Amino acid sequence: MTYIPTSPAEREAMLEVIGVKTIEDLFKDVPARHRFPDLTLPPAVTEMEAAVDLGELASGNETTRDLVCFLGAGAYNHYIPSVVDHILRRGEFYTAYTPYQPEVSQGTLQSIFEYQSLITALTGMEVSNASHYDGATAVAEAANLAYAQFRGKRTKVLLSPAVNPQYRQVLRTYTQGMGLELAGDDPQADLQSGAEMLRTQIDANTALVVVQYPDFFGRIYDYSELITEAHAQGALVCVAANPTALALLKTPGEMGADIVVGEGQPLGIPLSFGGPYLGFFTTRRQYVHKMAGRLVGETEDNRGQRAYVLTLTAREQHIKRERATSNICSNQGLMALASAVYLAALGKSGLRQVAELCYHKAHYAADQLSRLPGYGLCFASPYFHEFSLCCPRPVAELNQHLLDHGILGGYDLGQDYPALKDHMLIAVTEMNTREEIDALVEILGEASHG
Amino acid sequence: MNIPATLKYTKSDEWFDPVSGKMGLTDYAQSQLSDIVFVEIVAAVGDTLTPGKTIASVESVKAAAESYAPVSGKVVAVNEALSGNPEVLNSDPFGAAWMVQVEGADSSGLLDAAAYATYCEERAH
Amino acid sequence: MAKIVEPTLFELSSPGRTGVTFPAADVPVSALPQELLRSDLPLPELAEVDVVRHYMRLSTFNYSVDGGFYPLGSCTMKYNPKINEDTARLPGFACTHPLQPIETVQGNLLLMYTLQEWLKEISGFAAVTLQPAAGAHGELTGVLIMSAYHKQRGDSKRVKMLIPDSAHGTNPASSGVVGLEIVQIPSDAHGNIDLAALRSACDDRVAGLMLTNPNTLGLFDENVEEVIRIVHACGGLVYGDGANLNALLGIVRPGDLGIDVMHFNLHKTFSTPHGGGGPGSGPVGVTEELADLLPTPLVTILEEGDENQPPLFGYYEPPHSIGRVKAFHGHFGMLVRTFTYIAMHGPQGLREIAEYAVLNANYLLARLRNTYHVPYDRICMHEFVAEGKVAGSDVRALDIAKRLMDYKYHPPTNYFPLIVHEALMIEPTETENKGTLDAFAEALIQIAEEARTNPALLHEAPHNTPFGRMDEVKAARELVLCCWLPEEAE
Repeated sequence: MTYIPTSPAEREAMLEVIGVKTIEDLFKDVPARHRFPDLTLPPAVTEMEAAVDLGELASGNETTRDLVCFLGAGAYNHYIPSVVDHILRRGEFYTAYTPYQPEVSQGTLQSIFEYQSLITALTGMEVSNASHYDGATAVAEAANLAYAQFRGKRTKVLLSPAVNPQYRQVLRTYTQGMGLELAGDDPQADLQSGAEMLRTQIDANTALVVVQYPDFFGRIYDYSELITEAHAQGALVCVAANPTALALLKTPGEMGADIVVGEGQPLGIPLSFGGPYLGFFTTRRQYVHKMAGRLVGETEDNRGQRAYVLTLTAREQHIKRERATSNICSNQGLMALASAVYLAALGKSGLRQVAELCYHKAHYAADQLSRLPGYGLCFASPYFHEFSLCCPRPVAELNQHLLDHGILGGYDLGQDYPALKDHMLIAVTEMNTREEIDALVEILGEASHG
Repeated sequence: MNIPATLKYTKSDEWFDPVSGKMGLTDYAQSQLSDIVFVEIVAAVGDTLTPGKTIASVESVKAAAESYAPVSGKVVAVNEALSGNPEVLNSDPFGAAWMVQVEGADSSGLLDAAAYATYCEERAH
Repeated sequence: MAKIVEPTLFELSSPGRTGVTFPAADVPVSALPQELLRSDLPLPELAEVDVVRHYMRLSTFNYSVDGGFYPLGSCTMKYNPKINEDTARLPGFACTHPLQPIETVQGNLLLMYTLQEWLKEISGFAAVTLQPAAGAHGELTGVLIMSAYHKQRGDSKRVKMLIPDSAHGTNPASSGVVGLEIVQIPSDAHGNIDLAALRSACDDRVAGLMLTNPNTLGLFDENVEEVIRIVHACGGLVYGDGANLNALLGIVRPGDLGIDVMHFNLHKTFSTPHGGGGPGSGPVGVTEELADLLPTPLVTILEEGDENQPPLFGYYEPPHSIGRVKAFHGHFGMLVRTFTYIAMHGPQGLREIAEYAVLNANYLLARLRNTYHVPYDRICMHEFVAEGKVAGSDVRALDIAKRLMDYKYHPPTNYFPLIVHEALMIEPTETENKGTLDAFAEALIQIAEEARTNPALLHEAPHNTPFGRMDEVKAARELVLCCWLPEEAE
């Protein structure tokens, strides 16, 4: 009876009104031989016991509070101001459903409208939807948009090998029934030349070109020329961007991108072992009807008040059914709210400060590490808060050594790129102090000889 | 309900003008869809249409529909202005809201105005 | 100009105001790449108190489960236990990076492994993935698995998906994006799948059937085993839409009925909050035969434990996996909430959830059937569908729904399922007491009376909410989607 408020007397009174004797009588349509199975599950515990049990499970982990974190590769350890979770914990927000009844959902609707505005400001784009599941699925939805835009007549998606490997895997899974061909991300591809190598592969059959900014190795490129070239061939370009970097860097919108997506986790969302996160998705106005996902628009109510509604809903699966661009029917509502509160609280100066701190600390770390004998930066391009370090020993061994000293080392790039064996992808954020960076340098220096 | 006598009709609510070769969505269809906010003509000049082939996608505030070619024929013009003013589909479905123009079409299998009017009435009940 | 009830963040902004600041750099400053910098960052400038008051005011415009009864059919708006919010936020969970070495996240992996096992036991499936992010995402995963199953057997002609006319729109959409053809199967007079129509649609081109049971009328299909037998006989697989699993916990296991693949909606059945539209979580369970196709990775025991050593948990890549459907490991925070919820219920508590959900729905049905026509009127499961019409009045389901807001209730789902005219789909859930249900029934009976005596009151409803009915045409035609007009941005 954990959360069931009905007393035995009430239950009997209700059964009488229904006209049956027992609750079991309500389940006569269920095949008798399968009815009321004995479930082999642990017996129920009270809240007091559950709190202890879950606490014990949680203590079975080492966390970014116990360890010094230099791990990124798609999820980043940033400071989350206290105000974010205080807003998220309002039951009025987190226990509400999708705002299908706008008269009693203006809190959710206006907050999504503001989220859309904040994300378009950050990306330099014209239209943002109400969000997707995560950065990876947002990239897959970009392919859906391009496929719908060309009505299946263009069948090639050109994918930079420097896009997050997990995003590329998800795109492969999503497109397996669509007749789209994925090209460009050959594991043996030349990784030094950045996105340049894609330019020669764009052709009249290319629906979409996907690049990442900063790319998976942390490098930053101006994609303007690539985008101009893609447009000359009639193809669309999707840039998967890191939102923290966008506080500092030229926007993909300014470069001419048609679609800008990304992982919104850095904007006030805890690492939480990979989710729930936030996939942001923006595009140009001309593609808004081909964009999947919810969309909030401004209007007025019948009392003359400014108000907000879900709009262009006929694009979505519940009306368009099998002809919809995507089957998505939720958004990451509460995560979108978290990012909006984060962006509002930090504002123009706070977010810029975070971005600059990430930049300076990462460059300090890279500078120190590259002076160590046996270590070096493997790419010469400008980078943001992540860089690829060439190491004298296997990354797994170095990371074990770091862990012994309380440091969570970087990502082993050799897992995804055979050419980058013994390369560690190191992320540095505002959370890392100079002492921590110096400790990383010292321990890696000691470890260079095994 | 406006059902011009000079036009021919389909059971999927398209009209066809045998004189001009133009086709579009009927008054009945637009009234069922209500406020139309988006139209995309997918047929292009030079395409060869066959009956039933999708020529346009239409979305209103609460519904979505496809529009199908009522006849076969070669597309000689599409109404480029329509996508910028989808509300014309509500206000002038048989005039300014024509979608596609073809030549060499045979309209013999289509409903005449009287038969289409009966068909619309049947569905109203 | 429309009256502004609450200004936007951008309207509240004042140049030079700051909310959060950070420590100054403790490292030497590096040169920024000048040619790659943005010129302006047009974000609002606010103090923390501005932000808090803004969102507090917005929150008062929302209806929520914490605020009142939310009988939204098909959505299972049950109470969201507060302890779940605490456990998911334990730093031991919330501060773990998804790419940490497995030795440092054994707590997380044990939790995920155990939850996989529990969901298998609850549903009767042989294997479960926790990766899908939401119900629709689970459906996509399931349909990809079905499609891959046939292809890997060299059975490439199976391109038809059978979908009942009462199905959620996600079913055809999920099949559509995977490239399958949709064949709609009608319902019979009892609200069951029409067996004759199903038989005639079943041939060697059928990939499968997407079955929602209980269906969206809230009815348990009386012929469910026959339906599954017919589909299996033609070589098809049966997908179970787990949206309505709340009615089945401890009552029957979908796997035992012969269903091959099913998604769970943790945000419905297992009480994780809806969050104003997400995040959800949509694990997928499959039979032994389909287990090798699950998305990668799954959590498994890499090394068995003994009396001195706990087992070592890690990841496992199924040999014929359809691939990854999402970055990392799924909505882990939702998994922690679900784990807490199942642990606190145990087998008996889970069964009571379904029992009381069904009791509450049947009680409301009994209280309302003399006022509103119920087209498929028999013992229902966790929800039922009535017609939102009143004899002698021109009011519609929409008007009744809007008027309910004046009585401080969230309206039921309306105009769905499509096979009932003016549908009102009512799902009370198990977490409501008799008093709440009685008061809600009285309100609906009162509204029927108003519909006869004062229909204008309903046509113009709601009256007592902070906002009235919306101009949806204006929103769609003008398409203002952010705080500034497109031309201002240039």
